[in-house]
Amino acid sequence: MTAPVTTPSPPPAAAPRGLAGRDSQRSLLHRFLARPEVGALVGAIAVYAFFWAVAPSFRPAGSLSLVLYQASTLGLMALPVGLLMIGGEFDLSAGVAVTTSSLAASMFSYQLTTNVWVGVSLALVLSLAIGLFNGVMLVKTKLPSFLVTLGTFLMLQGLNIAITKLITGNVATNDISDMAGFKTAHAVFAADIHIGGVAVKVTVFWWLGFVALGSWMLLRTKFGNWVFAVGGQKDSARAVGVPVARTKIILFMLVGLGAWFVGMHNLFQFNSIQSGTGIGNELLYIVAAVIGGCLLTGGFGSVVGPAIGAFIFGMVSQGIVFAGWDANWFQFFLGLMLLGAMLLNTWVQRQAARR
Amino acid sequence: MNRSQRSTRGTVLVAAAAATALLAAGCSSTGGAKATSNSTGISAGKATTAHMTFAMVTHAAAGDTFWDIVRKGAEAAAAKDNVTLLYSNDPVASKQAALISNAIASKVDGIALTLSTPDSIIPVAKQAEAAGIPVDAFNQGENYWQQAGAIGYFGSDEKVAGAALGERLNTLSAKHDLCVIQQQGSVALEDRCAGVKSTFKGTTDTIYVNGADMSSVLSTLEAKLRQDTSIDQVTALGAPIALTALQAISAASSSAKVNTFDLSKDAAADIKSGKIEFSVDQQPYLEGYLAIDALWLDKVNGNTIGGGKVTLTGPAFVDSTNIASVYQYAQNGTR
Repeated sequence: MTAPVTTPSPPPAAAPRGLAGRDSQRSLLHRFLARPEVGALVGAIAVYAFFWAVAPSFRPAGSLSLVLYQASTLGLMALPVGLLMIGGEFDLSAGVAVTTSSLAASMFSYQLTTNVWVGVSLALVLSLAIGLFNGVMLVKTKLPSFLVTLGTFLMLQGLNIAITKLITGNVATNDISDMAGFKTAHAVFAADIHIGGVAVKVTVFWWLGFVALGSWMLLRTKFGNWVFAVGGQKDSARAVGVPVARTKIILFMLVGLGAWFVGMHNLFQFNSIQSGTGIGNELLYIVAAVIGGCLLTGGFGSVVGPAIGAFIFGMVSQGIVFAGWDANWFQFFLGLMLLGAMLLNTWVQRQAARR
Repeated sequence: MNRSQRSTRGTVLVAAAAATALLAAGCSSTGGAKATSNSTGISAGKATTAHMTFAMVTHAAAGDTFWDIVRKGAEAAAAKDNVTLLYSNDPVASKQAALISNAIASKVDGIALTLSTPDSIIPVAKQAEAAGIPVDAFNQGENYWQQAGAIGYFGSDEKVAGAALGERLNTLSAKHDLCVIQQQGSVALEDRCAGVKSTFKGTTDTIYVNGADMSSVLSTLEAKLRQDTSIDQVTALGAPIALTALQAISAASSSAKVNTFDLSKDAAADIKSGKIEFSVDQQPYLEGYLAIDALWLDKVNGNTIGGGKVTLTGPAFVDSTNIASVYQYAQNGTR
């Protein structure tokens, strides 16, 4: 619960730490409300209550499982993307990097007729290497991450299509579902877990596990402190001995790790991959992190927040379908609800700051 | 700095070691490239007419299975006609127009283009003709190609194709069809669903999904099938969406059937096994092939394919009765 020492005060929700001792009862509530994810939590409850009221088919457990599935594939990426944002950087290549990873795993296994786990492992190496490339480019060139990763985004987009076409002769990969190792890989990345008659995708459990792990890392370890430090006050962080370059490179590699995981889910869920997919998802990851209270300016945020952000996104996008609203308005409703959730989020944070 | 360099080198070494270890690891005893016989490309010989350069400029998004087949058809015709093909594409109308202007500037011998946004493309098509470059239209623009001064049009009328699908659903005594649009605002896709609605006697609903993210397509379709259990047909407007619709149906324990537009390797296999009822095929390979061949015939012999009328490449139904004759071509990636 304690915020890391190096966390700089975020502008609106800033809780001057010196006041904490004055009124301990108020400060407990105060400290709770000032947490980055509280606004999102209130928003999530509001959105859930809303769809529960208007859409009867939103209520059964099976529907919740579906919302959680949608949230998990987004949330598995929003987590490292959120961490990266706390560290003060962006990754615009995150959406296509997911596709790159699944393409690499699929094509490698298929073309060399290896066990699919060989492809899976090589895709992991590749995904981490993309993160490493982004991180090293950023640190060496001192260009803004927006530009570095925009370059990577475009390059990966081109490579995804060009290499797939070169190797398979088509723009989609071959079906690998009959290859050795597919069953076990499917069980790890895309299985359905049955709980009381409801099928829940395994990605949901991985996601919740990673959120717990990530949260512990951010709040309880030295590395977590470094992340806050490099995102808030890079120069003073460096002055007190925080390895700024290494921290940023690791954060980019964590995004690579997330891309690998989601990429493997896509591959083993859908058996073959279209090379043009993934574009535009990078913005959704950032949106989930922002709804979850990560500041676009860095230095402030949490791991639980982006998870709640992804959950809100999942609820809204599925809720509109469950409510049976006119399909033409889908994107509009989606935008409106997200804006509403974010306004509520900001309002809660402002109330917290006022106390 | 030193430290990060050292760690970089370390990572590379670890990666290389891991890769080597993995390569030495076991191979798959099933599936994979070794299990597939080499597919042979199509070759129809080569003309000895003067070498020419044609441009093909489409509104396709990159990495789309359908458009890849169109391009293959165009390349086959170009190879046969002793033609160099310059293929380019951009889904943004103004950028497609700019690509056509580039082709005019580089003085190509003919241009094949799509008219999905007639207002933006017709003016540049006219510029090409003013510069003495023949133009033909394909895939989209059956109502505009004459206005653009094109020498011919090759494609299928999306509304007619949708209407044919709707009629087919009537014969299957379907009651409630869900038409899945994977790209909001696409004229062609909207036309297909409108066509279905115009003839289908049951209810037609449309739903929008994000075609760039299959896991969101899956969960959205599953949500819709859970929300409305009366849906007994799902119409996919592209083969990859049909495959995902099958998963959504099984996850939602729905009894709905799937039909689709267009083919792919996997969709052809599912038609063969009866999982997908039928596909409405507009023969993308033929569209690309004819668009290039028509320019060549115009140049070398003054012929007009279609004789001043549209040349329809579809809708042709592919189902369990005729999949056998198409299956191998779909596996080769040309149908």
